[in-house]
Amino acid sequence: MKLKKYISFFRLRCVTGLQYRAAALAGISTQFAWGFLIIFAYHAFYRSDPTAFPMTLQATVNYTWIQQAFLAMFASWVLDGDILEEITSGSISYSLCRPVDLYAMWYTKSLSGRISKVALRAVPILVVAALLPAGYNLTAPTDLPTFFLFLLTMVLGALNSTAFTLLIYVLTMYTLSSTGLRSLLLTLADFLCGGVVPLPFFPPALRRICELTPFAATSNVPYRVYSGDIAGTNAAFAVGLQIFWLLVLVLGGHTLMKNALKRVVIQGG
Amino acid sequence: MIQAEHLQKTFRVRKRNAGFKNAAKAFFSREYEEIHALNDVSFRIEDGEAVGYIGPNGAGKSSTIKILSGILTPDSGTCVIDGRVPWKDRRAHVSQIGVVFGQRSQLWWDVPVIDSFELIRDIYAVTEDVYKRNLRDLTDLLNLSEILKTPARSLSLGQRMRCEIAASLLHDPRILFLDEPTIGLDAVSKIAVREFVLDMNKRRGTTVILTTHDMQDVEALAQRVLLIGKGRILLDGTLDDIRRGGSGQIDETLAALYKQFDI
Repeated sequence: MKLKKYISFFRLRCVTGLQYRAAALAGISTQFAWGFLIIFAYHAFYRSDPTAFPMTLQATVNYTWIQQAFLAMFASWVLDGDILEEITSGSISYSLCRPVDLYAMWYTKSLSGRISKVALRAVPILVVAALLPAGYNLTAPTDLPTFFLFLLTMVLGALNSTAFTLLIYVLTMYTLSSTGLRSLLLTLADFLCGGVVPLPFFPPALRRICELTPFAATSNVPYRVYSGDIAGTNAAFAVGLQIFWLLVLVLGGHTLMKNALKRVVIQGG
Repeated sequence: MIQAEHLQKTFRVRKRNAGFKNAAKAFFSREYEEIHALNDVSFRIEDGEAVGYIGPNGAGKSSTIKILSGILTPDSGTCVIDGRVPWKDRRAHVSQIGVVFGQRSQLWWDVPVIDSFELIRDIYAVTEDVYKRNLRDLTDLLNLSEILKTPARSLSLGQRMRCEIAASLLHDPRILFLDEPTIGLDAVSKIAVREFVLDMNKRRGTTVILTTHDMQDVEALAQRVLLIGKGRILLDGTLDDIRRGGSGQIDETLAALYKQFDI
């Protein structure tokens, strides 16, 4: 079966990722510290004037905890070091000697790497966050449909996020060093997807533009769906946009890679 | 059968002199030098042959191997391997070949070698019977039983290279490209690798193309030698043809030959 090779790849990458227990523990504690810091800051802001904010305090707290729990899935700066190393050192030769589609192989590798990271981190964070005192805790979504919509937009968001990372790898094939791209694109992406502050906090004009970008099609949608900030026709529109960007990113990345491979110079002897 | 005709590949390499002034100058206008990695290379290799592909560093050996394995597209010229053009029909082509790059690794660094093998089995869609048979044979011949469960990162270079070679043969390739397979290996490992490759060539009729700087590799393995220098094929014959050129050690004769060809 054709899919089997990718599933096998997926499995091995997950198994590899699950080995890193200490990294997961360190990640969890960082995410907790960070989550508390942000929530304390918002508490202080909201105390001055709760009506001045586009989202309720509880929605913002939920956004923060979900964000911390699934950080490894969506953070634009989580790149696969193996792939970058492969490109700059020339070990990509071996990947090109395989009867597989390189884009699909790298996509699988990145996605599974992220899943294995999140698998170790998400549950403890979600559980503890749910048990915190009211006002600081993670609350359940309002109803079941919202929860399912959350799951759907999560999956689409993760696929979009991965497709964006793939774009970084493909561009690295042209520039050979990912440092410049990383600092420029990834910082921008992190900001525009609502990684620093949620998009509703942006000035209205900027917000409307940002919501149409591929960055917003990643974590912004599921995190806000969870608290009911995006619902009804807005949600349908957001899902449509997620699917649209997924197609554009994957097809664009695939074409760009094909072109890169035509003119590729394998580094080293 | 491998048929290469008039292969041509040129790289543009950026050049500048040392120092701050030149670096600043290069910021505005860059100078490039054209390197002719391959300059009208043609040869024909029949099924079941074992060919040593030799030449000094930078002669174009690796570029040839990369073109033959479908990774690199030449600027011009044709190459047909078993009826396929490697770089045009890459995926179908690579499923029939095995490649070992002596200076790189195809094993997953952090997991036991056997995990990498199983991944390769699935990537090439090797059936369970064939995989089991090949794994058993390779384990015996290359003496891998002790190291299959060890993560690749904990292996010595010789152990790792034996695993790399095994990994390239799990799918019964018809053609095996070995790019400096014995680089950095100790005597015991070198001999093990040579004997094994010879056995593959003799028993299974695998076509072997070997690039190396170790003339003993060539002596042990290759009936035929292709000498390349500055992107051109300079000699196509046997090791004896090279030996005839001098009376001393093979390495010295070869060095004299390089000098004579000005490569």
